[in-house]
Amino acid sequence: MAKQSSFFTSISRLYPHVRPILPRLVMGLLCALLASVMALAIPQVLRVLVNESLKPGGSADAVWGASLLILALGIAEAGLVALRRQFVINPATTVETRMRVSLYGHLQGLTVSFHDRWGSGQLLSRAMTDLNFLRRWMAFGAIMLVVTTLTVVIGVVVMFSMSWQLALIFLAAAVPIMIYGFRFRTRFSKVARRSQDQAGDLATTVEESVHGIRVLKAFGRSREALENFNEQAEELRQTEIAKAKHLATFSLVVTLLPELALGVGLVVGILLASTDQLSIGSLVAFFATAAVVAAPVEFCGMLLAMALTAKSAVDRHFEVMDAQNTITSPDQPRRPAGLKGALSFRNASFAFEDAPDKPILKNITLDIRPGETMALVGITGGGKSALLQLVPRLYDVTGGSITIDGVDLREFGVEDLRTAVAVAFEDTTLFSSSVRDNVLLGAPDPGSAEGRDAALEEALDVAQAHFAYSLPHGVDTLIGEEGLSLSGGQRQRIALARAIAAKPAVLVLDDPLSALDVNTEVLVEARLRQVLADTTTLIVAHRPSTVALADRVALLEDGRIAAVGTHAELLAQNSHYRYVIASLDAEPRDLDSELSALEDQSEEISR
Amino acid sequence: MSSASFGTANEDNAHLSRNESKAVRRRSLTLLGSLIRPVRARFWLTIGAVVLSQAARVAGPALIAFGIDHALPAVRAGDSLPLVFAGVAYLAAAVVAAGLTALYVTWTARLSQAMLLDLRVRVFRHTQRLSLEFHEKYTSGRIIARQTSDLEALRELLDSGVSSLASGMLFMAFTAVTVFALDWRTGVLVLAAGVPMYFLARWYQKHSQIAFRESRVVSARLIVHFVETMTGIRAVKAFRKERENAARYAELSEDYRRATVRSINLNGIFQPGLVLIGNVCVALVLLTGGFRVLSGGLEVGVLLALILSTKRFFQPVDQMAMFYNSFQSAQAALEKVSGLLEEIPTVRPPKTPAALPHAQGSIDFNGVEFRYGDGPVVIPRLDLHIPAGQTVALVGQTGAGKSTLAKLIARFYDVSAGSLTLDGVDLRQLTTEDLRRNVVMVTQEAFLFSGSVADNIALGRPEASREEIEDAARAVGAHAFIMELPDGYDTDVNKRGGRVSAGQRQLISFARAFLARPAVLILDEATSSLDIPSERMVQQGLAGLLRGTRETGTRETGTRETGTRETGTRETGTRETGTREGGTRDAAGGLPAADAASGPDAAPAAGRTALIIAHRLSTVETADRVLVVHDGRVVEDGTPAQLIGDGGAFARLHGAWKDSLV
Ligand SMILES: Nc1ncnc2c1ncn2[C@@H]1O[C@H](COP(=O)(O)OP(=O)(O)OP(=O)(O)O)[C@@H](O)[C@H]1O
Ligand SMILES: Nc1ncnc2c1ncn2[C@@H]1O[C@H](COP(=O)(O)OP(=O)(O)OP(=O)(O)O)[C@@H](O)[C@H]1O
Ligand SMILES: [Mg+2]
Ligand SMILES: [Mg+2]
Repeated sequence: MAKQSSFFTSISRLYPHVRPILPRLVMGLLCALLASVMALAIPQVLRVLVNESLKPGGSADAVWGASLLILALGIAEAGLVALRRQFVINPATTVETRMRVSLYGHLQGLTVSFHDRWGSGQLLSRAMTDLNFLRRWMAFGAIMLVVTTLTVVIGVVVMFSMSWQLALIFLAAAVPIMIYGFRFRTRFSKVARRSQDQAGDLATTVEESVHGIRVLKAFGRSREALENFNEQAEELRQTEIAKAKHLATFSLVVTLLPELALGVGLVVGILLASTDQLSIGSLVAFFATAAVVAAPVEFCGMLLAMALTAKSAVDRHFEVMDAQNTITSPDQPRRPAGLKGALSFRNASFAFEDAPDKPILKNITLDIRPGETMALVGITGGGKSALLQLVPRLYDVTGGSITIDGVDLREFGVEDLRTAVAVAFEDTTLFSSSVRDNVLLGAPDPGSAEGRDAALEEALDVAQAHFAYSLPHGVDTLIGEEGLSLSGGQRQRIALARAIAAKPAVLVLDDPLSALDVNTEVLVEARLRQVLADTTTLIVAHRPSTVALADRVALLEDGRIAAVGTHAELLAQNSHYRYVIASLDAEPRDLDSELSALEDQSEEISR
Repeated sequence: MSSASFGTANEDNAHLSRNESKAVRRRSLTLLGSLIRPVRARFWLTIGAVVLSQAARVAGPALIAFGIDHALPAVRAGDSLPLVFAGVAYLAAAVVAAGLTALYVTWTARLSQAMLLDLRVRVFRHTQRLSLEFHEKYTSGRIIARQTSDLEALRELLDSGVSSLASGMLFMAFTAVTVFALDWRTGVLVLAAGVPMYFLARWYQKHSQIAFRESRVVSARLIVHFVETMTGIRAVKAFRKERENAARYAELSEDYRRATVRSINLNGIFQPGLVLIGNVCVALVLLTGGFRVLSGGLEVGVLLALILSTKRFFQPVDQMAMFYNSFQSAQAALEKVSGLLEEIPTVRPPKTPAALPHAQGSIDFNGVEFRYGDGPVVIPRLDLHIPAGQTVALVGQTGAGKSTLAKLIARFYDVSAGSLTLDGVDLRQLTTEDLRRNVVMVTQEAFLFSGSVADNIALGRPEASREEIEDAARAVGAHAFIMELPDGYDTDVNKRGGRVSAGQRQLISFARAFLARPAVLILDEATSSLDIPSERMVQQGLAGLLRGTRETGTRETGTRETGTRETGTRETGTRETGTREGGTRDAAGGLPAADAASGPDAAPAAGRTALIIAHRLSTVETADRVLVVHDGRVVEDGTPAQLIGDGGAFARLHGAWKDSLV
């Protein structure tokens, strides 16, 4: 867990967000103060009014006057309560919203490696629960904390004015409270933080259990998942109870000690009064004031707990906000004049963050000419996907460089770069919107609806995703979360269409045909070949059929490019290549008869 | 009427008709009641503690009064006993009050946490029970919203509400009694204030209900969007969706803010309104009482006491308003949660299950028809018999319905018509345990949970030992790469298995199925992302598993590099294919007996039934039988050799595939 920073350091980080609304918070505070003064004043005024102006046989006007005065005060009190909310609520929610939006923006900017590490439940609990809590604290907790503190201070001063001896006794109780308060602070902060983290983890578990529901169902492991969840929820429960226990002990101290002091005060006060060192009036007034002060003192425990929870919410918020986005645009982005799409790896190395000393890719040097299609072949887990993700800068190289048309990727504006490069990932990530929106996600805006339709149609045609038109609402059909209401091959083709529709200079395809049947694959390849003719393409291939799309093949072995050449060359010369790509021929091939049939009929089957 | 808002159907609508509104409120209250029932003893105990601690608190001022009125004169008279009594009693009251306060703070937490845990687990269990059909529509984000922000609303109510309500009520009751005791007419006047308060509360309820519902709806939307962005972050970045997303999220956040402000503002009228009514009532008491004093009908002292009591009577109104506010909020949240809990899984466990501890693995489709929800018919009527122990390959174009067939056998969905039986027992008659023990499916999407590699494999059989897990990994050729991970089998694979490559993910999911050793194994494109050497390894492992033997399982112990010895591998592969085809012939006649070395829960008699879906026909070649699926129909059925000989669709596919090799 992160180290504990002090309360004020943490809270002061809110200042930039709070500054614009500070005047209104202060107004809210004033209203709250006035309202409590008003609430205290009304009984006194009443007493005076009743005692002074109401006597049997008095004038009716006095009754009216007194009633109206009380009514006015009452209206003022209610008005102040309303006014406080009016001052504070709107700005506090604005701050909350602004913080939420900036958190989201920051998260979107953060690198993929950050997201690899963080469960979305954790992030979500920061965006929702924590910020909700902060809002409530700003609008209520913080203000009440100030109001109660002031009330207590004023009350104690008043008590001193009545009897310094008794006030001293009362104040003596404050010393152990303060000391205990420090311990409470560190302990409670720790538990509060733990409970927030556990709640986040719990949300992550929920998320995983829903996303992985197919696996859980397929293996009938719902019960184990439930047990696991139950365990985690139980831990959270324990933490919450531990939290409540800390609070309870603190409340115990905060309610008990002042009361004990008052008990002693009562005895001492009566003794003093009996020797006439203290007037009975002062004694009565002292205890009346003490009663007013005791309630806010008790309230302190709750408010302090709230403040501490708010503090750890702030810590959690800034833990994410402090994460540096390392993949950013340079100050002066460069762009090659006319983007041709020559992609070169210059001695590029890459290691994942959690294993910096074990580079996955070592000294990759590879030149892909504009318009060329290069296949990347290597064993499972060899680093092909890692290499591809370097191109749109989802990860940054840890050594060497990658250039497009001679310009280092890091010199491009990130957005420019990602406009120039389009990717089809190996696990298709679709969004739960229409097929149209999914396909046109990265597409340049053609300006007109017809243009968009044409782009859509072309992309779907290349990817052989004509099925989209026969979905219940055609291309406007909403596809379920992650596209899971489509078949595997359909999903993959939509993702391929999306990459194609982006009309990039450099196209990066990660095993894009793995879920397609042989016939569809042939059709897609035929169309793809036309499109790829003038697009630089890097395509990961596990099958010879995919390799067939490429002009040349690069072989990745042990994190290095071991060989580059055409498929035939490598097949003849490189044994590792043969090992990786060559399938077995169990039977002698006799394809002559089938081949000619295939040409005519592959079309027909696909219908 | 109420059926329109049944379950989650009308979830996004905040403006419900009267009847619907009543129905969902009732549903939500019933849920709340059912949460309280198991902890009602503790509930009353907590309330008891609150009441007692209030009583102890009231004792304080009384003792002070006693001290000043009685002990002081006594001390002056030389008798210090009353003083000692007052002092000791005050201290005792303080201790009791503080102790009880501490107690009810903890008890409230216990109470609320017990209820929350109960609800969390209920929601979790229920979402696990709900069928895929539901999940496809509902999205994970909403479930998370239900589990997080909706529960948060309930928690607020439980944490603050109970004690403030109890102490407030008690306080008001006491004060009311005092007022009545002093003067019944004023008492009536005070009670009359209840009338405008009631109407104000009604007004507040009506409006805040809508506001809170809206806020639930919008917050769920916000969460859905958030979760979807974070899970799809790669695609978001690669396709520069950030700006669009940010705009959308800002819009949703603003909606959420407005909904929140609306509900708070309503409370901002409600609460001062109550205060105002109370204060007006005080003024009225003064007015009426004042005239009575003038006419000599009331003493001044009594009037003062009456007014002060009236004032005090309305003090807890503030807290009550707060309670009502969180109650409304929690109720709106529970409306949504109870809607989710009300959803009925379309795939249900049987009422009177048929036992099937050890399935043989024969599968029959009898006039099966299937459509997803009310969509188009995907499988138009299918009769099919798969004998136990047979290895069946399903091939066909993408979108043909192969996965759908497989998912039907795994009972992810129920058939729309006809029946599907395992060993002659309708799947709908099997308990979930029996079904899942006997039928296991490796889905097209290899999903890993965050946690260690070993945990992920152990999902196949949670009680498996580490050795068995490693054996399973070895059998599919995953052992070598797992050992190279930083912590071997204990390496965390990160969320969704992001720490390992796509192929490695498939290997791990495969090892899972391997460990489960079911009677019927369904593999949906389980090797699509693997390179050819790994695929070969998996096939060998699979062949061993399907025959119920382990001999091939342990073969892959060396590293991959052995594979570079070209000819060696080639030979192995050839032999493999040969054996498999031998097996085919056996399967056609009497099935070969299972190897003695098969695990304790290996399929009896024959090997396992397997349904393999693959586009790479290398797997298919080794099957006993091939089914070519087209538009949900089986258009060809026979052994691979037969079909190739017949020159139909499979022969063409096979030809094209052969052609695509090297
Ligand atoms: N986030 C990560 N952190 C650390 N190591 C990782 C991470 N992601 C992947 N790896 C490791 O890096 C290696 C390369 O992974 P990569 O996904 O690039 O493989 P690949 O060549 O695409 O494999 P496949 O063909 O299975 O898709 C793997 O061994 C994997 O375990
Ligand atoms: N969950 C779902 N909801 C609605 N329709 C679905 C769902 N899953 C699949 N479909 C539709 O049913 C049809 C058959 O899909 P299925 O997944 O069975 O195909 P498949 O043969 O497995 O294809 P692939 O080889 O691409 O995986 C497709 O048209 C698909 O769009
Ligand atoms: Mg990969
Ligand atoms: Mg499928």
